Amino acid sequence: MSEPAASSYLAAGRPGLGGWFFSTDHKRIGLLYLASILALFTVGVALGLLIRLELIAPGRTIMGPQTYNAVFTMHGVIMIFMVVIPSIPASFGNFFLPFHLGAQDVAFPRLNLLAWWLYLLGAGLALTSLFTGDGPPDTGWTFYVPFAEQTTTNVGVALAGVFVLGFSSILTGLNFITTIHWLRAPGLGWGRLSLFVWGLYSTAWIQVLATPVIGITAVLVVLERLLGAGLFDPAKGGDPLMYQHLFWIYSHPAVYIMILPAMGVVSEVIAVFSRKHIFSYKILAASTMAIAFAGSLVWAHHMFTSGMSDAAVFVFSFLTFVVAIPSAIKVFNWLSTLYRGSIYLDPPLLYALGFIVLFSIGGLTGLIQGAAGADVHLHDTYFIVGHFHYVIFGGTMFGLFSGLHYWFPKMFGRMYDRERATTAFVVLFIGLNTLYFPMFLLGLQGMPRRYYDYLPRYTEGHFFSTIGSWLLATGLFLLFANLYRALRTGSPASSNPWGGATLEWTVSSPPPAENFSSPPDPSRGPYDFAGLERDV
Amino acid sequence: MWLFLFTEIFLFGGLFVLYAAYLRRYPTEFHQASGLLDLRFGAANTVVLLTSSLTVVLALVAHQRQDNRKTMAWLGATAGLAVLFLVNKFFEWQAKFDHSIYPNSPELLARSEGQNIFFSLYFLMTGLHGLHVLLGLLLFGFVALGVKKEKPVDRTLFFNAGLYWHLVDVVWIYLFPLFYLIT
Repeated sequence: MSEPAASSYLAAGRPGLGGWFFSTDHKRIGLLYLASILALFTVGVALGLLIRLELIAPGRTIMGPQTYNAVFTMHGVIMIFMVVIPSIPASFGNFFLPFHLGAQDVAFPRLNLLAWWLYLLGAGLALTSLFTGDGPPDTGWTFYVPFAEQTTTNVGVALAGVFVLGFSSILTGLNFITTIHWLRAPGLGWGRLSLFVWGLYSTAWIQVLATPVIGITAVLVVLERLLGAGLFDPAKGGDPLMYQHLFWIYSHPAVYIMILPAMGVVSEVIAVFSRKHIFSYKILAASTMAIAFAGSLVWAHHMFTSGMSDAAVFVFSFLTFVVAIPSAIKVFNWLSTLYRGSIYLDPPLLYALGFIVLFSIGGLTGLIQGAAGADVHLHDTYFIVGHFHYVIFGGTMFGLFSGLHYWFPKMFGRMYDRERATTAFVVLFIGLNTLYFPMFLLGLQGMPRRYYDYLPRYTEGHFFSTIGSWLLATGLFLLFANLYRALRTGSPASSNPWGGATLEWTVSSPPPAENFSSPPDPSRGPYDFAGLERDV
Repeated sequence: MWLFLFTEIFLFGGLFVLYAAYLRRYPTEFHQASGLLDLRFGAANTVVLLTSSLTVVLALVAHQRQDNRKTMAWLGATAGLAVLFLVNKFFEWQAKFDHSIYPNSPELLARSEGQNIFFSLYFLMTGLHGLHVLLGLLLFGFVALGVKKEKPVDRTLFFNAGLYWHLVDVVWIYLFPLFYLIT
């Protein structure tokens, strides 16, 4: 196949790996993130498969209880802090935010590279904790005290990793906010930004405002382990509940860091593949900001059973329901966009539709837990595990896969086999439901989460779930094998295969090293498809 | 830069929230423990830090007037005051250690729970603040190096260093009454 043009960002610049690792080009940094995130995703999936394999039957199957605790802890830490939180903003955000704004790069390119290096350092630190000290951490990704202060395993190093990863996340958020405020092309007002940009914008605010709190919380736990000052230790006057509050003040908004950019991608894809202006743009943009705002006020719904006043429980339960409103508005707007559109059922749209279905299941089951009464029964059961995997895998990761299939031809200048991609999607979708749906039933029956062993009556559900995990892994393999094949031998893609209206589709595929050789013309709205033809 | 300062406020914010929650739980113990802190140290440091905020502005003004000699003088004064602050802090902590008051010390654990929490917070928050003073010192050193070599020091960097220093100052203005004056 023909090599990309010499002017493309893939070919220009310093040759060799150094040209990638020290490049301040937002496109290269975006790909660096994408590669590292997918690599760590593979590790996380492998750990997840091990957990499921252990749980296929009661009693010991392949590992002992201590190993099991370490495996599910690292599965959580890797997936949450290294995969899902950076996922879409750091990869596609870096790559396409400047394009959507008609800018040549982000506001602080060097800071951007530093953020990637910090990301690597943080991930490295957290992974180091697996192999050094007195064994890998076994606290679960939430690092709840008092156990996190008492266990002799390597919690300190893992928390240092989380701190550094948080720093990286803050820098990315800071960079994006500044970029969106200052680097919009002349004539590109706030009312004309793509919804992907709105998703990134709201996410960036959460990153900047919430992440420092987890930073200081991680520092506190490490200091408590080293000095034993007793801020969270009841014997010394402290209160473990304080830790839970501080932890969730960040970690609940973090859920919106995960989901909002995915919603942005879905908004783009749905409009482009129904060849129709997105339904009620303003409401969608406003609901994005509303989710970010309201989502920052609901952290204590993770703590209904931890001991709070009834008034507090009531308020947090109410606010949780409030968040559901803008989320539902989004779903209905997407459906209205599809209604009477000329729909092209290509892989990006399939993943976006998958997102809507899975996110709706995940979101509605979230409300069941948000109701304080029901939560008493469901708290710490597999129902929760099922819920957040539906939201995070079915939501964020499907958003990521949708974006991956949407932008793949732009990023690499090659088209993948669309039939194979569809097959992969079907296998993945069935696998995901087989894996996570039984968890709802298990949870309702009372199966507690995180347990190494279970009573015989839960065997059936766990067995199905494990079968699902294999299906899901097969789907993932098919997905990436297809894309890898396209990378090597895919047919060249045109500059605008899907007929998109945002500015990245006005430059060649793959894009030149310098984004726009002449000033971009933002007069066409992001969802104005008049006169644009598909070219696949 | 303003956004970065936001993140700093939230970093300290987590600790301030903890302080507020524990103050509500242990009002009398906090009152007693606060009485053990030496008001003279705290007051002196407040004056020192506030003055340094003035000198850093004077340095900026001198730099805008391209008066390198004065810029260096005011920067030096700022750095000197920062060092004075840290030395002062050192003696204050030293005095506490001499009375066996440090995190997890047997003496402290023998006191009431609220007092233990008060002193834990005191060491953590003033410690984190001291770290920020130290970082500010390095930042000014970096700026001064540029001025001395008569390089056109990045005006934004200088300005941002000043902003950062004011934030460090503002945090102290809250720390001072919360720890020294609530008795």
